[in-house]
Amino acid sequence: MTSTTQDRPGRIEARPVRHPWRWVAMVVIAVLAAMMVSSFLTNEKWNFPFAFEIMQQSPVIEGLWKGTIFGTVGAMILGIGLGVLLAVMRLSTNPVLRGVAFVYTWFFRAIPRYVLLVLLGTGIGFLYPVFDIGVPFGQQLGNLLGLESSFTFFTLDYNSISSTIWVGILGLGLSEAAYMAEIARAGILSVDKGQSEAAQALGMPPGKTMRRVVLPQAMRVIVPPTGNETIAMVKDTSLLAAVPVIVELFYQSYQFGQRSFQIMPGIVAATLWYLIVCSILMVGQSRLERYYGRGFGAIPKKTQHKLTKIGADH
Amino acid sequence: MAHESGTGTTADAVPLVHAVNVTKAFHGNEVLKGIDMDVRRGEVVVLLGPSGSGKTTFLRCINQLETIDGGRIWVDGDLMGYEDRAGTLHHLTDKQIAAQRREIGMCFQRFNLFPHKTVLENVVEAPIQVKGVKKSEARTRALQLLEQVGLGDKPSAYPSQLSGGQQQRVAIARALAMDPKLMLFDEPTSALDPELVGEVLKVMRDLADGGMTMIVVTHEMGFAREVADRVVFMDAGVVVEEGPPANVIDNPQHARTRAFLSRMRQEEAAHAEAIVATVTGNAEALAAIAKADAESEEAAQAAIDNARDATQQR
Repeated sequence: MTSTTQDRPGRIEARPVRHPWRWVAMVVIAVLAAMMVSSFLTNEKWNFPFAFEIMQQSPVIEGLWKGTIFGTVGAMILGIGLGVLLAVMRLSTNPVLRGVAFVYTWFFRAIPRYVLLVLLGTGIGFLYPVFDIGVPFGQQLGNLLGLESSFTFFTLDYNSISSTIWVGILGLGLSEAAYMAEIARAGILSVDKGQSEAAQALGMPPGKTMRRVVLPQAMRVIVPPTGNETIAMVKDTSLLAAVPVIVELFYQSYQFGQRSFQIMPGIVAATLWYLIVCSILMVGQSRLERYYGRGFGAIPKKTQHKLTKIGADH
Repeated sequence: MAHESGTGTTADAVPLVHAVNVTKAFHGNEVLKGIDMDVRRGEVVVLLGPSGSGKTTFLRCINQLETIDGGRIWVDGDLMGYEDRAGTLHHLTDKQIAAQRREIGMCFQRFNLFPHKTVLENVVEAPIQVKGVKKSEARTRALQLLEQVGLGDKPSAYPSQLSGGQQQRVAIARALAMDPKLMLFDEPTSALDPELVGEVLKVMRDLADGGMTMIVVTHEMGFAREVADRVVFMDAGVVVEEGPPANVIDNPQHARTRAFLSRMRQEEAAHAEAIVATVTGNAEALAAIAKADAESEEAAQAAIDNARDATQQR
């Protein structure tokens, strides 16, 4: 209540600003939504009951677990591990490591994932049906010395694995590592230099400083974009068919649609599964962010002010 | 690295820190121009000097956060950063350098606590990870040290939840946990609000009373006068004057020292007046002080520059 008995102004009770355009926008959206719902319900080609049925078919579920989810997890583990390693190499003082990391990133960022998967699935198997790991020019060296040995230590029949999920994971993981390297590098660089100085002053060797002090703090910066990458990877597993790996969500549900001449329910079934998986991942991502954000609560304003002042003085 | 420093009697005679003709340049700008300094065991040395005089750089050179261009630094008989093999210097490996740093504790202006670890985790990190101390032992010792710096009740707090003074005291406990022979303090109270400076200085004073060898870069005149065994005044990369605080602070021989000290005194006086004015809410007085402060600063800087030019011309 405003009080007129005192001269000093009292509690504020002001009229809110009007937002007429919000109401207009709401009406437009409502009409559009109604149109969509009506189309869902009246156009029988949608055939949602059949889409739900496809979602529950065992080949589709198998494709979801063994192709989409296993492929995502595998490719991201490879991508993150290799990516962090590349980032550390890129920031190392060793020029050879720096160069290798740079060339790797350059190459794998330039190759489309679809092309890379075809290359690994078909091309490599065509070039090298069998992998021999041994001394370079071992066969020739053996002939030259008149020996039976071709200096081969390990043999792998590539064609026996070329159409498996492992090649798919390899391709997606190698490509992902190039992007993760950049993300991890940004994360590492975001950690204040004083942190590694403090660790060094305590007698920590560089490797331990990186693992125990810098990387855990870099994670705070690395996690959000990595969540995005993971969600993107879920969708990129639909490229596994290029290897070809057909135990995969989209390929399986699309095939169901094609075989029954009901294309749309097949696509809808895959779409709904992708929506579900990505929603779950988003929840997981926000939990991870909270975990790695620990200890980074708001610094008291006074300290912050003082610190920026010092920063400006130097 | 444990180094044979001979029998007890010679160990006392040999200075703990022995620096000879140390030079250092950043991008061609010579910051240290041949510093000689010996610090005896148990001695507290305060480095004074205007900003840019090289005192912080020299401190960082002692534990190799900066590499020196010329001269030698020995700590407890160990040549820092190099191995002398028959007259030829060989660079030490990162691991060997880390081992040398274990013996030297350091506190930074901006504390540099590990923000993702609790207070206790900060203190036990280096003993466990670097020295291989058992977890339970490290914990007991850490709690003891936290008690010693007056933070026995905060082991599970994160650094961001502490005041600047508390953070700096944790940083001191963290450095002490490695049982260093030597403690380096790089402007430990410059980032603190005035009311928090005292608690940190008290901890440092207790440490000095306990016989710790300390090299302290600070602008706290009171601390220098009461705690230091020796004050070293540096300017423009050289040691201008050194001796007991009573001589250097109260009866300086060189013009440069006098100019610097008079400026420090004015600042301290202005600071005290400002606090009184703030407390009493005297806005006019505050404005007057600020104006006078700015003027005197200019004048003092001019005096220092004049004195420096004069000595250099000589």
